[in-house]
Amino acid sequence: MAGPAVLWEWIDERVNVRELLTPLMEKTVPRHRFSHWYLLGGVTLFLFGVQVCTGLLLLLYYRPSTTEAYESLRYITNRVEFGWLVRSLHSWSANLMIFMAFAHMFSVAFLRAYRKPRELTWISGMVLLFLCLGFGFSGYLLPWNTLSFFATKVGTEVAGRVPIVGHPTMVFLRGGEDIGSATLARFFSLHVVILPALTVGMVLLHLLLVQKFGMSVPPSVEKHRSRFGNEVRFFPNYFLRDVMAWSVAFAALLILATLYPAELGKKADPFASAPAGIKPEWYFLAQFQTLRLLPATILHLDGEVIGILGFGLAGAAWLGLPLLEARLGKNGGRWTRVAMLAGLVYLASMTLYAYLTT
Amino acid sequence: MSKLSAMLMRLVAMLVTVAALAAQGSVKPEPPCPDCRPASETQIKTASNEFRADVHAQKGMTCVSCHEAARDSSNAVSYTIKRNRIPELCGSCHEDATRMKQFNPSLRTDQLAQYRISVHGIKFVKGDMHVAVCTDCHTVHSIQPASDPHSSIHPLNLAATCKRCHSDAAYMKSYGVATDQVAGYVESVHYKALVEEGDLSAPTCTTCHGSHGAAPPGVTAVANVCVTCHVLQGKFFEESPHKQAFALLELPGCVTCHESHRIHPPDDNFVGTGKSAVCGTCHIPGEAAGKMADATHGNFRRLETDIAGAKSLLNRAARSGMDVADAEVELTQASDALTKARVSLHSAQPARVAADLDVGAKIVAQAYAAGSAAWRERNNRRRATVLPVLALTALFVSAGLYVRALEGKGRKGRSE
Amino acid sequence: MVTRPVAAPAPTPTCDRSDVSAKTKSRRSLLRLLMGGSLAAVWTSLIYPMVRYLIPPAEASATTTETLAAAVGELKPNSAKTFRFGSHPALLVRLGNGEYRSMSAVCTHLGCTVQYQPDTQQVWCPCHNGRYDLTGRNIQGPPPRPLLTYDVKVHGEEIHVNRRQDA
Repeated sequence: MAGPAVLWEWIDERVNVRELLTPLMEKTVPRHRFSHWYLLGGVTLFLFGVQVCTGLLLLLYYRPSTTEAYESLRYITNRVEFGWLVRSLHSWSANLMIFMAFAHMFSVAFLRAYRKPRELTWISGMVLLFLCLGFGFSGYLLPWNTLSFFATKVGTEVAGRVPIVGHPTMVFLRGGEDIGSATLARFFSLHVVILPALTVGMVLLHLLLVQKFGMSVPPSVEKHRSRFGNEVRFFPNYFLRDVMAWSVAFAALLILATLYPAELGKKADPFASAPAGIKPEWYFLAQFQTLRLLPATILHLDGEVIGILGFGLAGAAWLGLPLLEARLGKNGGRWTRVAMLAGLVYLASMTLYAYLTT
Repeated sequence: MSKLSAMLMRLVAMLVTVAALAAQGSVKPEPPCPDCRPASETQIKTASNEFRADVHAQKGMTCVSCHEAARDSSNAVSYTIKRNRIPELCGSCHEDATRMKQFNPSLRTDQLAQYRISVHGIKFVKGDMHVAVCTDCHTVHSIQPASDPHSSIHPLNLAATCKRCHSDAAYMKSYGVATDQVAGYVESVHYKALVEEGDLSAPTCTTCHGSHGAAPPGVTAVANVCVTCHVLQGKFFEESPHKQAFALLELPGCVTCHESHRIHPPDDNFVGTGKSAVCGTCHIPGEAAGKMADATHGNFRRLETDIAGAKSLLNRAARSGMDVADAEVELTQASDALTKARVSLHSAQPARVAADLDVGAKIVAQAYAAGSAAWRERNNRRRATVLPVLALTALFVSAGLYVRALEGKGRKGRSE
Repeated sequence: MVTRPVAAPAPTPTCDRSDVSAKTKSRRSLLRLLMGGSLAAVWTSLIYPMVRYLIPPAEASATTTETLAAAVGELKPNSAKTFRFGSHPALLVRLGNGEYRSMSAVCTHLGCTVQYQPDTQQVWCPCHNGRYDLTGRNIQGPPPRPLLTYDVKVHGEEIHVNRRQDA
């Protein structure tokens, strides 16, 4: 025990780590009946850490080219020891991370934690969610199997439907008119360099803002001042709760990865016809299903274009939620809550519908 | 200025000429085919429209190439080609090798000679004008080579062409011939290969019956026809005890078991004395050969079931993330062995069949071993996951207890 | 009203280390030990597979676009061998003149494994007596399509077979 303690003192004497850690040690977290929802952000961050670690491991063997991508993944899953585990963890953790990010977002929305002065925290969080979706979309193509090939084809085609900017966007995403080695190269660099760099920066900003403003107390709790006033230290009290949540998340992740290892499927064949029942990952299903249900033309306009623009508008409104609510005045909170609930029900039911029909 | 006026002058001159020509045309319509009195105008129009896509038109022939040549010298008015003159008329060019060489050097010139020895041709010569002549199969004015997908004799269309007469019970009544051939053929393995799998080399009517020399193969010739493709089956059958027995009973070879047109995709249930088995038509269930057939049927089914079992075990292992590609490739050899055994069956020699089946059984055993090894590894992985999950549970519990220990007092205070 | 000052000066911490008894102290140190132990166990169970993952496998990464089919000198002229190419068997033939040819060994009729016949110098399927010539063309029997052919390259002592780029 003496060794580490001496080392710690030695470092602290020079860098003064204790002082750096003071804000963390003094940070407190309010305790009330909703405070468990605070854990979701931490779990999302933890899963992002898992993604970074497993992603770095996968990078050691993955080769980003159309002739080798599938084979190298086959090699990872079949030949490299525990390769199946690393790949399954990466795949499951990606899904759980996006799920947790959504859950975190909705909990923040319903507890109205985006109120002034935390608007920027909300916006940085939304940006992080979009980055997560970008990770999901770009990472899905990397195994270069039939499913990922056609999902990317459909996904980029949807982007191409947007008027005026659509086609150039599609060509930009694909690195040409068609999906091929150029697309794979782009998606790879996006997935392992550009998005991680942006995400790390954005996570730091998000955490800094959270740190600066502290945890928000929901208005409903704030009203009852008498029942409020309980605060716990972040360290170690709240941090231990975080550890507990991470343990649960990690155990769930391990069990899922072992019982349902990520499948590899068949190698993509650009000339083959699309397999039946092709559908994107679950987090794009609601949009996918909506576009499928929309009629071909609405008021002489392309139905899909309307749908895409609608999603764009809804996304923008959601992003600017705190600013929008302030504009609505006194009853803003009630209106946004109704809109949020409607949005959540819509997304959930569309996703379910897509699952049941394909 | 003068340039412009010159151009204008020229334009006016052109317009006048065109108008004059148009006026001339409207006054006196040119008949498409002069002196074709008996045929109606629409009939001629349809025929000449059809003929535009005809291979003969593409090679530079016109209406008169046939209709002038066929004109009866005694009748100066009629250009109608009589049915009894059609084979001769087509043959006048198609039998002439020197002439045909100019158009298509690889085209055969024995069609008419073949036709004369066909059932159609023999009856035709006897004056039966109901039998097929050239135009019945090749059409009158839209003749296309067999390679053209629109052609009436393209492999995919041929059965429908023969069917027009041969499935018409009323039409065929006077000949006393069955009319269920095409109905049977469309159920056959050959039709499936041709139409469903798009294998244009799969047999259709003419493959077995000949085209111009169309005739049913005789009892002894049936085997020769099938054997052109099914070589090994024929060879084994020649060596089998069935060969002699069939000859004694005057039974044709292949079709005795497989039928002639309704050649169903072969099935292991053909073997034995069961319900859909063919052996049972001659052999009695209890008798030695009947027993043998039943045993063989059982062996076939067993190997097939074993292969399917091994396949599903390997599939399950593969779905759990195990690498069984080697074993999967090996296992295809077991299916090979089963296919070979099914061919050996035509020798009716159980030892031969058993030898093939044994090869398959050995491969299946290996695949099973590989599959169960993979399955054990999968279970090991699952067991190994228990460790970190237990450690995480311990962490969860101890952290929980620690928080409780830290905040024990606070909790009580809050609940007051 | 909307926001509380965040760095609230004195939120009463629920735990105050000064007033805990010796009993709770020992209880806490026991729990701390338990926590440390389980954390160590978690780390161990993570580090072990990670280290095993980092060790490169003995077998070099294989692709299905190119595979090592044989060694130079392994095949006599006018002979052949079957090798695994991706998930299918394939055939490497050495012609009488020493030239190499390679093609899929999966018969296009019913998927049996074809073999080389030195006497006829053809590729033959034992199941239904289908035949292919040495360019993979189906020339006799039931096979409906030619065999897929591959490119053969000789790198030093090794013979590699490539899937055609356009295939």
